[in-house]
Amino acid sequence: MINLASRDILHGWGKFLFTGIGLGLLIGATLTMAGVFRGMVDDGQVLIDNSGADLWVVQQGTLGPYAEPSSIRDDVWRGIAGIQGVAETGNAAYLTIQMQHGGKDTRVMIVGIEVDRPGRPGAPPYLTFGRPILQGHYEAIADEKSGHKLGERVRIRRHDYTIVGLTRRMVSSSGDPMIFVPLKDAQEIQFLKDNDALVNERARTAANPAFNRPGVPGLLEAAQASAAQARNVNTVLVRLAPDANADTVAGEIQRWKRLTAYTKAQMEDILIAKLIATSARQIGMFLVILAIVTAAIVAFIIYTMTLAKVREIAVLKLIGAQNRTIAGMILQQALGLGVIGFLVGRISAGLWGPAFPKYVLLLPQDAIGGFAIVMTICALASLFAIRAALSIDPAEAIGG
Amino acid sequence: MLVLVALLFLAVFGWIVATQGPLAPVKVTVAKAAESRLERSLFGIATVEARRSHAIGPTLAGRVGSVLVDQGDRVRTGQLLAEMEPVDLDARLAAGAASAAAAAQRVQSAEAALVEAQSRAKLAGNSAERFADLRKKNFVSQEAADAKAHEAAAAQAAREAAAATLAAAKEDVRRAQSELAGTGKNRAHLRLLSPVDGIVTARQSEPGSTVVAGQAVVQVIDPTSLWLRVRIDQGRSSGLAVGLPAGIALRSHPGEIFKGRLERVDLLGDAVTEERIANVVFENPPTGLAIGELAEVTLRLPPVERALTVPAAALARQGAAQGVWRIGPEGRAHFRNVVAGAASMDGLLEIRQGLTAGDSVIVHSARMLASETRVKVVESLK
Repeated sequence: MINLASRDILHGWGKFLFTGIGLGLLIGATLTMAGVFRGMVDDGQVLIDNSGADLWVVQQGTLGPYAEPSSIRDDVWRGIAGIQGVAETGNAAYLTIQMQHGGKDTRVMIVGIEVDRPGRPGAPPYLTFGRPILQGHYEAIADEKSGHKLGERVRIRRHDYTIVGLTRRMVSSSGDPMIFVPLKDAQEIQFLKDNDALVNERARTAANPAFNRPGVPGLLEAAQASAAQARNVNTVLVRLAPDANADTVAGEIQRWKRLTAYTKAQMEDILIAKLIATSARQIGMFLVILAIVTAAIVAFIIYTMTLAKVREIAVLKLIGAQNRTIAGMILQQALGLGVIGFLVGRISAGLWGPAFPKYVLLLPQDAIGGFAIVMTICALASLFAIRAALSIDPAEAIGG
Repeated sequence: MLVLVALLFLAVFGWIVATQGPLAPVKVTVAKAAESRLERSLFGIATVEARRSHAIGPTLAGRVGSVLVDQGDRVRTGQLLAEMEPVDLDARLAAGAASAAAAAQRVQSAEAALVEAQSRAKLAGNSAERFADLRKKNFVSQEAADAKAHEAAAAQAAREAAAATLAAAKEDVRRAQSELAGTGKNRAHLRLLSPVDGIVTARQSEPGSTVVAGQAVVQVIDPTSLWLRVRIDQGRSSGLAVGLPAGIALRSHPGEIFKGRLERVDLLGDAVTEERIANVVFENPPTGLAIGELAEVTLRLPPVERALTVPAAALARQGAAQGVWRIGPEGRAHFRNVVAGAASMDGLLEIRQGLTAGDSVIVHSARMLASETRVKVVESLK
C-alpha cells in the first residue's frame, strides 16, 4: 500500500516545506521566549553558584546583598570565622554602575573580592583568558560580555584598572556582566566620592561648629579623616566545613552576631522567587499567549491545507477509500508539518539565541517538552481537519 | 529529494545540539606543568611623605603676632619663622631690668654703710684700748672704761650687720638678674625658629589668631627626607624585608617606573585595614615630588630559581579542596588536589605537591567544570 500522505506532500512539496518553515520560525520564537525565561532564572542561579558561598551574611533584616542594599563593617568576618562549622569567610562588595566603554554606556556590576590568595569566596570559579588577580590593587577580571579585552586599561571612578583575566557567564541577577576587582578598591569605588563631592563634604564639615571649634586644634582634621573612611562591605560570604549544617550555622550567626544569614536555598528563593518574580511572570505570560497563538495558527494551517484538497478527498471517497485512510493521511501530514516546524524552530532558536543581549538558555528538556506540545497541538488541530474531510460529500469530485 | 532535505535538516539540527547547549563538550585550553624561575613580588599602595616633619608652634597659649614665611619658602636652621605677640612680657622685662638696677644700687648703699660701720668700729676699738690703758694706770674710772668697751663691741656688731646687709643686697641682685633672664627666655620662646634647613609646607595660623600651646603655626619639612609610606595587604606580605628593590609608579608620572629600596618595615601593622606598613626611599627622587601623592610600589622578592609552575588560572576549587582539573581518559575532566605555593606577577603559580613536571592541566574553560564533564581541548577560547 502506498503512503498517501507522502504522495500528497511530494505532489506539492514546496508549499508544504515553506508552510513548515514558516511554522518553524513561529515555534522558534516561542522556544526563544522560553529560553529567555530560563536565561533569567539561570542568571540568578549562576550568581549564587559562582560566588562559591554556602551562606550569605548580611545586615540585619535586609534581603541583601543582591535583592536589597546591605552594609556591614568589614571586620565582622572575624567573629563569623570563629563559629563552629565555618571553614572560610570572604568579604564581598557589590555595586552596579554605568561604565563608558568603546563609546557606549554599559551597565556592569563591580564585585569586590578578597585577593590575598586565589580561590577566595566570591572569586570567579573559572577563567576563559588570562590569569586571576595577583596584585592587591588595580587589577580586574571582566566578564566577556562587558566587551573588555585582555590587557586593556579601564577607568572605574578614581583609578585605572588593568584587565588581567576574562571569564564567562558571571552576571548579576539582572544579567549585567560583572567586573571583579580587589575588595579595597571596590570599597573605594562604592564609598569614596568623586573629588567635587569630597571637597564639598569637607567644606560642609568645616562649616559645622560642632566639628570646627576654636581652641580644639585637630578636631576638624580628625572628623574629616573619619568621614573619608571606607570600612563597609555588603556581605560576608561563608564557606562551610564539609560536615556542617547550613541552617544551624546560619541560626548561630543570626542569634549571636545580630546579623542576617541566608543559606543557598533561601538565597535562591530570594533571587528567583522574589527578585525576578514579576519580570519572570511577565515573560511567562507572554510565553503562554505565544503558545496559544502558535497552536491556533497550526490548527488553521492544517485546516486550510485540508480544505484546499476537497476535490482530491472527494475522489478518494468516490473510489472507496476508507475513512481511516483519509484520516491517517491528514494526521500524518499534520505531524510531518509539526516535525519540520519543530526542527526549524529549534535550529533558528539555537542560531539567533546567542545574538540576544541577555542570556538565552535552551534546555534539552524544554526542547523535548516543546516537541511533545507541538506534536499534541498538531494532532489536535488535525482533528478539526479530519472532521471536515470526513463530512465532504463524494459528489463534490464530479460536481462542484 | 524529500529524503535529502530531511537529512540536511537533521544534520543541521544535530550540529546545533552537539556544538551548543549543555550536551556539547566544554572547550578548554591546557598547559603543561614545567620547572621555571618564579619571579615573586609584593605590591602596595603608597603615599609620598616627609620622613621628618616639624610642626612649629608656641609653648604657651597666645596670639600670633607675625608670620614671616609662607608655604614653599626655603628656610635655614635658626631662621625666624613667626613671632607670637608678647602681651605684657616686654613690660615685665623692663620691670625686671629696673628692679635689677635697683638691687645694684642697694648693693652700693650697703657697701657704703659697711665702710662707715667699719670706721666706727675701728674708732670705738681704739678708744676702748686707750681707756683700758688709762684704767690700768688709774687715770679713769672703771665705769668710763666699761662704757668705752661696750661702745667698741656695739660698733663691731654694727659692722657685722652692715656686712650681712651687703651680702643680702648682692643676693638680691642675682635674684633680680635671674628673674630678668627668665622673662627674657619666655620672650625668646615667642620667636619661632626653624630647627632645620627645609621648606615650609604649611602656614597654619595667621597673625592675630589665638593658638593653644603646642598648636602648629608653621610646618617645616626636610625635603631631602621624602619617602613613601607603603601599605601592603597582610595576606600578601610574606617576605617583606629591609633592602628589597622597589619599582615605584607615581600617579603624576604615568608609564614611568622609578627605582627605590625598602628602607624600613614598621613593626606595628594596621589592625583595622589588615595591612603592613613599610617605607620605601627613592634612589633618585624625581623633581617636583608632592607630599601626599599616590604611588604604586612593587617590591621584588628574591626569585624561586627552580619551581614547578602552572598558569595561575589553572588553580580551581571543588568544595573546600584546592586543586587543578586534568583531562582523564575519554576526554573527561577530573580533579586533582594540589598544594599551591607562591604566585608570580606574570601569572605563574608554584605547585608544591600533587603534580610532576610534564603533567598537563586545564587552564581556561568555557564553563564551570565538574567531575566527568566532557571537555574538548582547543588552542584558545575564541
